[in-house]
Amino acid sequence: MNMSIQEFLQHLANGISLGSLYALIAIGYTMVYGILRLINFAHGDIFMLGTYLTFYGILFTPIPWYIVFILAPALTGLIGLVLEKLAYKPLRESPRITVLISAIGASFLIQNLGILVFGGRPKAFPTPAILERVLKIGGVSVAIVNFVIPVVTVILLIGLNFIIQKTKTGMAMRALSKDYETASLMGININQIISITFFIGSFLAAMGGIMWGVKYPQLMPHMGVLPGLKCFIAAVVGGIGNITGAVLGGFILGLGEIMLIAFLPTLTGYRDAFAFILLIIILLFKPTGLMGEKVTEKV
Amino acid sequence: MRKKSLKDSLWLKVGLLALALVGIVIINLFLDSYKVKVLNLCAIYVILGLSMNLINGFTGLFSLGHAGFMAIGAYTVAILTMPLEAKEMNYYMKPMVPFLLNLNLPFIFALLIGGLLAALFGFLIGAPVLKLTDDYLAIATLGFSEIIRIVFINLQSITNGSLGLKAIPQMTNKFIALPLGLSPKTNLLWAWGMAILTIIFMQLLMKGSYGKAFKAIREDEIAARSMGINLFKHKVMSFTIGSFLAGIGGGLLAVHLGTIDPALFKFALTFNILLIVVLGGMGNIYGTVIAAIVITIAMEALRFLDEPINLGFLTTPALPGLRMVVFSLALMVVVIFKREGFLRESLEKVLEKVRGKYAKNQ
Amino acid sequence: MLKINNMTMRFGGVVAVNKLSMEIEKGQIVGLIGPNGAGKTTVFNVVTGVYKPTEGEVFYGEANEKISQLRPDQIAKLGICRTFQNIRLFKELSVFDNVFIGGHLRLKSGLFSSVFRLPRYTGEEKKMTEKAEYLLEKVGLYEMRNEKAYSLPYGMQRRLEIARALATEPRLLLLDEPAAGMNPQETQELMEFIHDIKDEFDLTIFLIEHHMEVVMGICENIFVLDHGNLIAQGNPQEIQSNERVIEAYLGVE
Repeated sequence: MNMSIQEFLQHLANGISLGSLYALIAIGYTMVYGILRLINFAHGDIFMLGTYLTFYGILFTPIPWYIVFILAPALTGLIGLVLEKLAYKPLRESPRITVLISAIGASFLIQNLGILVFGGRPKAFPTPAILERVLKIGGVSVAIVNFVIPVVTVILLIGLNFIIQKTKTGMAMRALSKDYETASLMGININQIISITFFIGSFLAAMGGIMWGVKYPQLMPHMGVLPGLKCFIAAVVGGIGNITGAVLGGFILGLGEIMLIAFLPTLTGYRDAFAFILLIIILLFKPTGLMGEKVTEKV
Repeated sequence: MRKKSLKDSLWLKVGLLALALVGIVIINLFLDSYKVKVLNLCAIYVILGLSMNLINGFTGLFSLGHAGFMAIGAYTVAILTMPLEAKEMNYYMKPMVPFLLNLNLPFIFALLIGGLLAALFGFLIGAPVLKLTDDYLAIATLGFSEIIRIVFINLQSITNGSLGLKAIPQMTNKFIALPLGLSPKTNLLWAWGMAILTIIFMQLLMKGSYGKAFKAIREDEIAARSMGINLFKHKVMSFTIGSFLAGIGGGLLAVHLGTIDPALFKFALTFNILLIVVLGGMGNIYGTVIAAIVITIAMEALRFLDEPINLGFLTTPALPGLRMVVFSLALMVVVIFKREGFLRESLEKVLEKVRGKYAKNQ
Repeated sequence: MLKINNMTMRFGGVVAVNKLSMEIEKGQIVGLIGPNGAGKTTVFNVVTGVYKPTEGEVFYGEANEKISQLRPDQIAKLGICRTFQNIRLFKELSVFDNVFIGGHLRLKSGLFSSVFRLPRYTGEEKKMTEKAEYLLEKVGLYEMRNEKAYSLPYGMQRRLEIARALATEPRLLLLDEPAAGMNPQETQELMEFIHDIKDEFDLTIFLIEHHMEVVMGICENIFVLDHGNLIAQGNPQEIQSNERVIEAYLGVE
């Protein structure tokens, strides 16, 4: 194995970056699933919308980029909220398969609306110059992105943790995900909590989308499909419904993917298959995920 | 008394079938090439719709892996029916594995092998995965479908990778058309023959005890197993048969298109079939058949939505993607408002009216 | 016929059934009673294989076969069948199909025979059809046979569930609150019905009930559970005068 320390560190930095991005997106999946037992298939497309909104915000409005970086995710959060109201709320009493179909339909709808509105040709993400710098540390070239991404992710996670653990809203979210029926009898405004959940999840996904755009600047309407799937897998691997699990899953997936092609470059073509194979393994051996709990069915 | 009407209806059915087949041959000869192709695709989607309906609609297993099984069928047929010259032409970047180079089989065998291979993988995949619940099953089957696709992209010496396969031999009706002085077109008897066989098969299957067992599993798994139904065995059965049919559909699709590549077998393909099954009614054989035909034709007819539309006084610009937006919206509207199956309910209403009129005229 | 040996059923920290030991003789009608939440349905679930006991064993039949590790469908094939407290019919299936499918587990023909309607299969199908029609007639649902199961009124749904269970040709029949929601006349008819099917099909019957007239009226032996523990067993007179039983139901001040 001929890999220098520098190369390894670069791969590591890459892996941690990618892992952070996956973690941010995976959180949205796990939060929604935790409360509603719903796979929000459209979440990956929300991530795509966040990235595109940022693109248009920077290029077509006079708003400075650092404000767009906050506004666009906020707007995306609202879109996520609206998505829930239109596509999922009417089906809350319906069988799971029906909601899943609606989710898949919503996903395709958003993708195709993307093609319609944004155009199918790739667009280049307008990365602010300051983020394109490359640092040299002890002979190793590290793109500044690979520092910024984990740092921002950590900040966002601390913020999220504060909301979940220290606010009433967060407590309500935890209660709903532990035991939906009982919590709903406790006077919690379910609709409001669900809306907030979708808002937060979509906000984080859009944040991930911005950083994704900086790291991988090519935007296309279907850019959310594969990452979306992978991030759901990350959430499952970590233990669906468990936020820490989602973060863990995201990092395992991101690092795993990068390390796979680092150490086994001949398998580069199978990079995307890594996530799916990991999924199958987890589903076969520990379906509740690394941090999940077992649930027995009541007859 | 019972026996007499049974016999009558059997002869009636055979008669109708023969009539249908003759009708298909005639339409094949005289309709223009484009429309024939569309009809061919309709038949293929009938098979695919029924195969998904068996797994999802009748047995209640939410499988999203269809595209993968179709890919297996498609590539098998393509590889087995392509003559040596076509193979050498296709595999220019990386030569084909020698044992496959010289392997050449008539279409019917290639198709059946494609189906059987797909069924084999259905069985292998089903065994571990069918124990999972709804959502996980959906993602796991989707995962396998993607794995198959990615593997196909990478096994260049077998599948030719991302380059895909072109010049897949067409099945035409030239043996009848040419002597009559007509231009040969895609032979509808293959796809429609298979479609009719599939419809008959599904009816017989669902009428019998095993079909009812599938439905029982869909209705209430816990009750089903308490009544002695081996859930696993029946789920694998349903999944394997569905995969076989998906493989057949994939094989027919390969010949229909003449060109295939791994990008064709993305999740979007499974979505199209899901559309048909949902709109036609989950667990409804005739609903699926009608939906397959209607949606295939609509997809073609609505292509104009993606092009500039000349409204006389103004021309709308080309809006690629509008077609699929319309379909995705339709799917969601049906799912959110109708729940059952848009076409089935409309059809039932029409049937009731017809019966009502008939009764009045008595 | 049925022997439960020191069976404990734990869910996480909750002990639903605690060291239960009991026996049922062939041909008996045995009752399982106790206040709500006592663990009665859990016992049924363990016997029918829905749950595997945390500790202990369950034995069945003259050969004393250990069934506690078997799957529910395997146990059904051995001859144990049940109805459900909350009624679990195959809602979208017709009344006829619900009962017909109860006979599926005895089917010897394979899938191929079934689809191609080979004589071996059609012969079996005919017998299954006749059995289903007979059972429907017996519970008075023959006229409704083409209706969808969900469209039936509550009382008929209960009867349908019993017919379906009988279609599996059980030796041991577990009835979970068969008299729920019934008025006194229906209850009387139910009691006669249970005696009738017991004699006709040579059954052993194990039932959970809250309707005391039914329990005291037809059960030869009664087991009483409270908070997962067996607190009494005996014939109806013994149970009715048992202080612990009375306490359990009324609660001690």
